[in-house]
Amino acid sequence: MASTPSVKKIMQPSDKATSGYSKAPMVRPSIPEGKGMRTADELAQATEKISVRDMSFYYSENRALTDISLSIPECCVTAFIGPSGCGKSTFLRCFNRMNDMIEGTRVEGEILLEGQDIYSSRTDIVTLRKRIGMVFQKSTPFPKSIFDNVSFGPKIAGIRKKKELYEIVERSLQRSALWDEVKDRLSESALNLSGGQQHRLCIARALANDPDILLMDEPASALDPASTARIEDLIFELKEQYTIVIVTHNMQQAARVSDQAAFFYQGLLVESGATEELFTNPKKQQTEDYITGRFG
Amino acid sequence: MTEERSGEEQSIEMELGEAAVIKLPRSTSLERAGGGLLVSLRPYYEGVIHFTLFLCASISVLVTVGIVVVLLYESIQFFFDVSIIEFLTGTRWTPLLKPQHFGILPLMCGTMLVAGGSAIVAVPIGLGTAIYLSEYASPRFRDIVKPMLEILAGIPSVVYGYLAVVFVSPIIRYVFPSAGVFNAASACIVVGIMILPMIISLSEDILQSVPLSLRGAAFALGANKFEVTVRVVVPAALSGIIASFLLAISRAIGETMAVTLAAGATPKLTLNPLESIQTMTAYIVQVSQGDTPAGTVEYRTIFAVGLTLFLTTMTMNVIAQYILSRVGERYE
Repeated sequence: MASTPSVKKIMQPSDKATSGYSKAPMVRPSIPEGKGMRTADELAQATEKISVRDMSFYYSENRALTDISLSIPECCVTAFIGPSGCGKSTFLRCFNRMNDMIEGTRVEGEILLEGQDIYSSRTDIVTLRKRIGMVFQKSTPFPKSIFDNVSFGPKIAGIRKKKELYEIVERSLQRSALWDEVKDRLSESALNLSGGQQHRLCIARALANDPDILLMDEPASALDPASTARIEDLIFELKEQYTIVIVTHNMQQAARVSDQAAFFYQGLLVESGATEELFTNPKKQQTEDYITGRFG
Repeated sequence: MTEERSGEEQSIEMELGEAAVIKLPRSTSLERAGGGLLVSLRPYYEGVIHFTLFLCASISVLVTVGIVVVLLYESIQFFFDVSIIEFLTGTRWTPLLKPQHFGILPLMCGTMLVAGGSAIVAVPIGLGTAIYLSEYASPRFRDIVKPMLEILAGIPSVVYGYLAVVFVSPIIRYVFPSAGVFNAASACIVVGIMILPMIISLSEDILQSVPLSLRGAAFALGANKFEVTVRVVVPAALSGIIASFLLAISRAIGETMAVTLAAGATPKLTLNPLESIQTMTAYIVQVSQGDTPAGTVEYRTIFAVGLTLFLTTMTMNVIAQYILSRVGERYE
């Protein structure tokens, strides 16, 4: 173990407090020191947006998640990391109850959104999903125009006025950094956009509902590095206004964009904490092994 | 005794075993060494098989070409006697009575009336069923309904025909006393039921092929099931659904037995479904089984009508196939 260089070893304890995190080899150098990155103190002070208490999740008889407890702070990026099949995507899909679509799934324990139980029998799923937007791994533009794609949510919410819809579409596309590229061709089919553009369109579509929280399932995993960089920049911009939860295979990405990280392994939440802390000074051996690339 | 026997058997086995062991490698080594003939009948077999299969495949091509040629040849003969303009624009069709008129519009109108009427019956029910099966029904219900559709599709069209006459028509006459025994409405209803399985199974396949991720994305935006279905799934599958309608309507145009029995034999330029009409197919039946002498103009009318029918259904099929082929491209 000691023979392989670990992040722990590279980081000198003295560096950690100031600039230690940015010196980690996986950090993208183009991000300026501390830009938008929340420190551990800021994280501790942030309001709790979602609180997960002793939650377990079952696919019929199989328990996919076991006794998860986690707090997700407001206006921060929380990253779920872990090897394939560790349950991180399943966990993410619990927040907007997407797992309800799969028959035989069951949740124990509770997930509270600002103190209200998401899995209460009185929860209105439609309202819940409007407050908690989701961007999927594979971009899924509807075979409609760009305008109709972005205005899909507001239209369903009952907004009919063309002017109002147009304003929402413009604002959402600007927030997802796509406006300048598509403003002259809003009536064109969304399927004509490039992969990266389609992904930002899906982000715009989620933002058009004006959610508080944005769930991102492996954002950019199917994109080229340039498009990935754009999406990551976008995440930095968006977290000023939205609480963001991302699932990623890519540890470098987690290290670059997240403020808080949670490491999952075999349905268990092994460790969670400030990204800086988790990546430089993991408390559990499993976490260290994973982030140093010894398995997974 | 038994011991001796078993001993013998053993020894035989031994011999056989040894022989096998020795012989096997020998024979293979012989082949390997080129002891066998290089010349064999195998290439000829391959050639014969190839040719036989080619013959099978060319039969369908030759038959198609042959039918088209016969249709064209007889039709051209027909158009020597009757001007094409009269044929296409005349509003009376009485080739078997004096004075003769050869305007195909009444037959065309009858065919379109039945095709349109059956579409009105089959399209809403078919689309509704397809959406229900694809989006709402439990897998168990789907497992029950799908074989039922197969059965419905397997009922001979003549059965539909007499059901129209003995069952549907009396009901129509009860509701609309002005309707005749033979009327277009009863034909529309039974032909609509006939093409229903086709619309349902084609549309359902196309709805199923809309990616699940698209549905998930719409659900995640706060849409309920109905909104997902109506605003995302059906529009995404729309071109394929339209193609299935076209294929079904083209089948309705070509449908013969049921309309011959149910719709009557009165070529009439009318859109009133309660009247007796005649379709192109029913006219061909009437002439083919009658005693019209071959080689006369009256006889040749069926080729001209057949050609018209063929061109109509072919156009619809080609359009439908074109639309269907483009559906696949969209989702890779």
